[in-house]
Amino acid sequence: MHPNLSFEQAPPIGVPYRFFLTAPWFGVAAGLLLAVFGGEMLASRWTPGTLAATHLLVAGFMLQAMCGALMQFVPVAAGGNIWRPTWVAGAVHPLLIVAVSLLVAAFLSMHPPLFIAAAHVFLVTLAFFGVVVSLALWRTPARGATIMALRIALLGLLVTMGLGVTLATGLARGSDLPLLTLTDVHVGWGLGGWALMLLAGVSYFVVPMFQLTPAYPAWLARGLPVMLLLGLLAWSAQLAGLGENLRMGILLFGLAVGSAFAVGTLYLQSRRRRKVSDTTLLFFRTAMLCLLAIFLSGLLFAVRPDFWNDPRAAIWIGMLALVGVFVSAIQGMLYKIMPFLNWLHLQRLCGLNMLPPTMNQMIPERAMRRQYYMHLLGLALLLLAVWQPALARLAGLVFAIDCVWLGLNLLQAVRVYRRFKAELEHKTAAAV
Amino acid sequence: MHHPFDPVRTMNSLTEPLHQHHKHCDELFADAEAAAAAKDWSRCKSMLERFRDEMEGHFRTEEEMLFPAFEAATGMTGGPTQMMRIEHAQMRELMGQMQAALAQTAGEAFAGAAETLLVFMQQHNMKEENILYPMCDRSLAGQAADLGPKLHEKLEAECLAAQ
Repeated sequence: MHPNLSFEQAPPIGVPYRFFLTAPWFGVAAGLLLAVFGGEMLASRWTPGTLAATHLLVAGFMLQAMCGALMQFVPVAAGGNIWRPTWVAGAVHPLLIVAVSLLVAAFLSMHPPLFIAAAHVFLVTLAFFGVVVSLALWRTPARGATIMALRIALLGLLVTMGLGVTLATGLARGSDLPLLTLTDVHVGWGLGGWALMLLAGVSYFVVPMFQLTPAYPAWLARGLPVMLLLGLLAWSAQLAGLGENLRMGILLFGLAVGSAFAVGTLYLQSRRRRKVSDTTLLFFRTAMLCLLAIFLSGLLFAVRPDFWNDPRAAIWIGMLALVGVFVSAIQGMLYKIMPFLNWLHLQRLCGLNMLPPTMNQMIPERAMRRQYYMHLLGLALLLLAVWQPALARLAGLVFAIDCVWLGLNLLQAVRVYRRFKAELEHKTAAAV
Repeated sequence: MHHPFDPVRTMNSLTEPLHQHHKHCDELFADAEAAAAAKDWSRCKSMLERFRDEMEGHFRTEEEMLFPAFEAATGMTGGPTQMMRIEHAQMRELMGQMQAALAQTAGEAFAGAAETLLVFMQQHNMKEENILYPMCDRSLAGQAADLGPKLHEKLEAECLAAQ
């Protein structure tokens, strides 16, 4: 059987869009939470508000966007057939909203049954999603670094979820397990094994495509997922006990692998053949600089243990990773994917007699650019607020506005899609 | 020493010239787009013409020589090659849209059509390079000695005729 030259395999447009259109509003909720709780939320990673906001970003914003992206990317770019995508998306999307809402309520109330409920919904939803997407990735005839990274990312998602479920039930019922160490391993797999792995796998594809850069060299593209996976396995060994120096060494190794990806991407982008730069490129560069900044911060913390022992050090790293790296990269990516999918689907509806609006008419470049500046302002304020808690409320508010703006820009794309589709149907009806 | 970020030269295959020509067309596209962004319309006009002609030469080489050979060898006439022909037609439309914007020196319309064409063209090239060309290389391996140089010649002739 020959692999398909796919777009025929592309899922209906509503499959990725329901995830994409939901993601920003979790960011809004996280920002508002900070605006309400203020500076105390940035004092330590263990306050209820911090845990709630963190999960609004990772299991709300990021997970929604990433699941939606996989539903589109796996069939179209990786040649993997996802089983009944409309049905899968129709189940996974609302269940994830329920799961995150339960978890956030659990953190804010510390009410044990809520943790148990959240754990169950996450377990069922992500195990189902993981199996469906893994099957598609397992059977695809395509090969290469992207497929490898996506497969490991799926493993990372499942490990993260398993550890998360263990933590939630441990918190609810009491447990002999070393919950703090488990949390560090959970974070490692979530950010490194799932989020960064997925970002890398997708970047191998879209960075050359959007900016006409040279391809990622094979040693980097293939070496990165392997090194990251090895780092995570070593990082997990702390569950059996590791010395503090060794632990720091493994952490720095993992961060160095991440920064190799960042430097590689920035280098490729500097060699791009496309001379015109766009908002997606700015978002991507911001993300890569933040990834690099995490490594540099790690180096600083390694030589200055007094900084590292400050609870705000972890908040600083987390802010750089979540808002700086992943929210930035996702925003930039959505600004390319949604206008293009709009165009592609409309184009198919109208055949060759009529052309749909161009990508720039779906979301005007100006609107994206202004939202990017708002994002930069939000990110800068959040980073400052880690050390200047008086800024926390303002930073939360600005970040919420940043995400509202993103959400509205994406809705704008949907409006253009709907309007054009209605016009088209009107014309077809008139012709008949 | 081999620069670690330079692509490793791939094995010489039947479709290698077409593969290389994609990169060349990318460059021409980037020049035309940059000229439009700088509102250098006369330069944009000549760059866009060159780009369109070379794209057309590329399409014709595929549609008139490579695809028929592949279809004859595999009996697959309604499958991937048909899909690629449709996408060629869509790219022709988008290039037409760029041309129309250029005629009106409408910068934003040009940028919009260019952006759309770029993403569409890249996903098209990726499908050809990752799936269709390897399929062609395999199914036409027996004729490579004959068809390879012919493809190369046709591509060059089409693009030279354009200049």
